[in-house]
Amino acid sequence: MPISFLHRQSAHCESGVTSNLLTHHGAPLSEAMAFGIGAGLLFGYFPFIKINKLPLATFRSAPGSIFQRVTSRLGIRVERRSFKNPSAAMAALDRMVADGIPVGLQTGVYWLPYFPPALRFHFNAHNLVVYGAEGDAYCISDPVFPDPVVCPRADLARARFARGALAPQGKMYCITAMPKSLDLAPAIKKGIQQVSSMMVKVPFPLIGTRGIRTLAKAVEKWPRRLGERLAILHLGHIIRMQEEIGTGGGGFRFIYAAFLQEASEVLGDARYLDLSRRMTAIGDQWREFALAGARHCKGRAGAQESFSDLANILRACADSETALFNDLHALVNR
Amino acid sequence: MLKKEVPQDQEVLDGVSEVFYAVDENGRYVLAPSTGWEPANLANLQAWDAIRDELTGMVARIRANRLSPLAYHMAANQMDAKLLASYVGLFVWQVRRHLKPGPFSRLKPEMKKRYAEALLVTAAELEQLPADLSPTMLRIRKNRPAGKA
Repeated sequence: MPISFLHRQSAHCESGVTSNLLTHHGAPLSEAMAFGIGAGLLFGYFPFIKINKLPLATFRSAPGSIFQRVTSRLGIRVERRSFKNPSAAMAALDRMVADGIPVGLQTGVYWLPYFPPALRFHFNAHNLVVYGAEGDAYCISDPVFPDPVVCPRADLARARFARGALAPQGKMYCITAMPKSLDLAPAIKKGIQQVSSMMVKVPFPLIGTRGIRTLAKAVEKWPRRLGERLAILHLGHIIRMQEEIGTGGGGFRFIYAAFLQEASEVLGDARYLDLSRRMTAIGDQWREFALAGARHCKGRAGAQESFSDLANILRACADSETALFNDLHALVNR
Repeated sequence: MLKKEVPQDQEVLDGVSEVFYAVDENGRYVLAPSTGWEPANLANLQAWDAIRDELTGMVARIRANRLSPLAYHMAANQMDAKLLASYVGLFVWQVRRHLKPGPFSRLKPEMKKRYAEALLVTAAELEQLPADLSPTMLRIRKNRPAGKA
């Protein structure tokens, strides 16, 4: 019998799992809060790492980091295990489910049958919660879906042992002990400190706002360097990383704005509300980039719209983010 | 993004709705369901087109007997030799060799079974090109009753 587990749909899988697990253990935390405390926001452009032969651009921190940071910043004890052997991994899952403990899993999207086929790519850092078993299937709270789903055992075993980049190796995690009360304010500040210094204080050209500028420079050169067809494929890939399911829109910028809004209430400081509004405007700027990029992909860009114009939109995003994260960094480090 | 601007462009999500963060009329952030956004849909379809293009080129070479059908089933599952090798527990060079018609036809049935399991086909299907040459996942979608997740 599945235990009662409150499934709430969220924009991003890992912050959603974190929020739902904490809520189950008696500490309701919104997804946006989990995303902010876990310092989920980032920008990174790594042209030498290829995904489907296309350069990696990321709008979020490394998979696994949100859950790890949230639990450690709030003093929550967790247990994490990974496995070499699939049957041992499934047996361990069965034991915990039988004990009524909801378990977080890292899985490969390609093997999850309930996913819309068009989204089934080899992406191995998808998080979900197993909260029960019925016959030969598991009851799953997959945070990016509106309702709980069911997944046959064989498929889930396959997804837990997906191969390739970020292979999950059967990774599972659960909460073992909660603190008496959650002290949100210092955790929020730590999360903001981390994101703002990654975005503007890392003197490395591929990370943070510097990374956005490097991407802008690369985008400008794509048509000449790669030819029209490949340039468009590269552009479409960036748009997918920014807007595909799991981002909440605008490359996670709107989730972060929601977090800043909530943070202003917890901290009782209206200045964070102002920064939240600016973050929303930045999310809209990113969406403008996706719209203009999509016009290129369709071949409907006007004659005056070139890849340089796309690069300029990116530079505008970088300018606004530099200003915002500098202000945020100054505010939180005072 | 305002709540009333949350896009509803259904195309790739098969009726599943995702969640966007948007601002309501009081300036508060709310979670708003969306059935998809056109630029994101377009980028997704474009990625599938690239996979289809790769498959088309491969089919021609398999029909000309320059590649084994394994090459098709590998690419239809969006895999390369390296990824497939890790699924079947072989070295990359072994998988590359099996992409040639000769070495593939000499494979033992057990080996073919391992490939077939990793590539979501039966051992018989592995030996030939399917009638429907779409990528594996999109083939699954077509065979499924509409509207069922």
